[in-house]
Amino acid sequence: MKRLLLGTIAAGTTALTPIVASAQTEIQFWHAFTGRLGELVAAQVEDFNEKQDDYEVVASHKGNYSETLNAGIAAFRAGEQPHILMVFEVGTATMMGAQGAIKPVYEVMEESGAEFDPDAYIGSVKGYYTTTDGQMLSLPFNSSTPVLWVNRDAFEAAGVDPDTDLSTWQKVDEVLTQLKEGGEDCPLVTAWQSWIHLENLSAYHDVPFATQDNGFAGTDTELALNGPVQVKHIEKMGEWAEDGKFIYTGRRNEGGANFRSGECALFTESSAGYAGIKAEAEFDFDVRPLPYWEGEGNAPQNTIIGGASLWVMEGHEPEDYKGVGEFLSYLSSTPVQAQWHQDTGYLPITSAAGEATREAGFYEENPGTDTAVTQMTAKEPTANSKGIRLGSFDQIRGIIDEELEGVWAGDKSAQEALDSAKERGDQLLRRFEQANR
Amino acid sequence: MEKRVTFKGWLLPFILIAPQVFISAVFFFYPAGQAIWQSLFIPDPFGLSSQFVGLGNFEYLLNDRFYRASFLTTAIFSILVTLVSMVPALFLAVIADRLVKGAGVYRTLLIWPYAVAPAVAGVLWLFMFNTRVGVVSWYLGQLGYDWNHVLNGNEAMGLVVVASAWGRISYNFLFFFAALQAVPKSVIEAAAIDGARFWRRFFTIVLPLLSPTTFFLLVVNIVYSFFETFGVIHTITAGGPQQATTILVYKVFSDGFVGQDLGSSSAQSVILLIVVGLLTVLQFKFIEKRVHY
Repeated sequence: MKRLLLGTIAAGTTALTPIVASAQTEIQFWHAFTGRLGELVAAQVEDFNEKQDDYEVVASHKGNYSETLNAGIAAFRAGEQPHILMVFEVGTATMMGAQGAIKPVYEVMEESGAEFDPDAYIGSVKGYYTTTDGQMLSLPFNSSTPVLWVNRDAFEAAGVDPDTDLSTWQKVDEVLTQLKEGGEDCPLVTAWQSWIHLENLSAYHDVPFATQDNGFAGTDTELALNGPVQVKHIEKMGEWAEDGKFIYTGRRNEGGANFRSGECALFTESSAGYAGIKAEAEFDFDVRPLPYWEGEGNAPQNTIIGGASLWVMEGHEPEDYKGVGEFLSYLSSTPVQAQWHQDTGYLPITSAAGEATREAGFYEENPGTDTAVTQMTAKEPTANSKGIRLGSFDQIRGIIDEELEGVWAGDKSAQEALDSAKERGDQLLRRFEQANR
Repeated sequence: MEKRVTFKGWLLPFILIAPQVFISAVFFFYPAGQAIWQSLFIPDPFGLSSQFVGLGNFEYLLNDRFYRASFLTTAIFSILVTLVSMVPALFLAVIADRLVKGAGVYRTLLIWPYAVAPAVAGVLWLFMFNTRVGVVSWYLGQLGYDWNHVLNGNEAMGLVVVASAWGRISYNFLFFFAALQAVPKSVIEAAAIDGARFWRRFFTIVLPLLSPTTFFLLVVNIVYSFFETFGVIHTITAGGPQQATTILVYKVFSDGFVGQDLGSSSAQSVILLIVVGLLTVLQFKFIEKRVHY
């Protein structure tokens, strides 16, 4: 309560400051973070404001990812857009299509003269947000990748060795049976099913999720998520759901509550689940790389990111953009990034921040925190594992969720569900293509 | 028999209706006109460009079997919400009407849920039926019933119906209660002297006399279940599992504000407007004939 109160006061003073210091240029920054992440963002902004006198960044929380994007779009239509808008990775194609509404980050940095080295950013992170010729359009802010969380106590209670090999789904399959037989009611739970079990699955096995390099090469893309690898995986998960080995809890990260309370043995979730699990779990846990199907595709390739990036909106004074450039440059600086990475479990966006974290001995003290970094960067990304860039992607994920629910409920086979997801998703892609012609 | 007061001249009546006309124009006619206009285009989210497609959006929607299925879902949902919110309300009103002592307390308590915003009501019910920590789902589990509205479409529908109807019971109760007060005591007493028992008196005398109120509530509740139940659906199921609770108005929201497909979203609101308009006309044409004023 006290912290909440302090937070409110801090937010209040931040909002009031510009009136006092009117000589400063105000930079509006809209984001989607609450709770611990919201506090950390507020701290970054405050630190930036203290370090220089020319600009005042004003951070505002605008709801969840979808709501923040909507707020930005509505504001743009009303001519009241912020300077910086946080947009989740799913909204990337929407933002890229909005020429005239956005100002590419490389351009902002060039004009502002702020310190900016595009090569400093980790390829598999920035790749999601760059044009095909390597120009950075938005600044990666919080990026994570899915990993496998293990409740070691639950393993022991079910009589399974917690150090057992979980690197492939074949092995996980055996372990799930052992866990179930050992009396575990919730062997496996997941968050963000489409992101982890279809999008990342595809990238990890180096098979396409959509044609046209997963949409990077053009908007005339079609879903390819009903290939043999995906069908095999979803079929298997359907069997697990039927046998009570995989417990479905909802479309978002509802499963996190089940895992953190110690009910479930295995949890596929973003590496950024770290902060929450560390704070709440009263059991021994560890982090493993996301499993893959041995012998399928080129697994393990690399996994892809989720999270959000910062987009600069068009329509402000040149002087303002200088401030935006300074702020983005501050966010990318090594100490800020390293701290963010260690506090949240999000990936470092620059190699230097990763190095600094390693040198500080953080990975040794917190084993497993580098799993995500390794999994992302082990191999050079291919056209199938660079990322996914689809229009109406938020809605397509909704369709995938619906179809997967059909499989978990036993109403549909994996093949039927994924075929239907492709058919329905393709219709939306055609509409997006038409709207952005 | 009709008494009619007429104004002389046109200025005074004009001034008197002007505020209402103005408000309707700003908050209804203008947005509705915009929706009709927008439904002819496929715009990009930022409003930077748009393609004229004529009736293309409507064609796209009506060819979509999931959109067509959502009509049926909406019909089932609306009928259930209307029934579940009206029948208990009438029952409670009849009971409360018979109370001699403490009627005021009961009345106040029964009206309270109406003050709860739909989204908040949704969250309350969601917590009670949460598959993991919900009180009700826990008791159901004890009875051997495995409640899982996350995967079971019928359970999800049941839950959103109850959550939508709950606050409405208060609203309906208020109207029924007031209407019951207006039923002339002499008629009921006459029937009682003839030997009619309470429920017989209720069905043959009270219920017909309540018909104007019932009809009004029927129309209002159907409109409510079509438009205002969005918050409940959004907080409890977000339209799922699969498409079990995707009612038309929720699809307007999710296509427009999650999918940023404003063309389709506008076309859907136009269709919704037509459907509700037709329903209301039908209700007035066929049911109103049976209403005794």
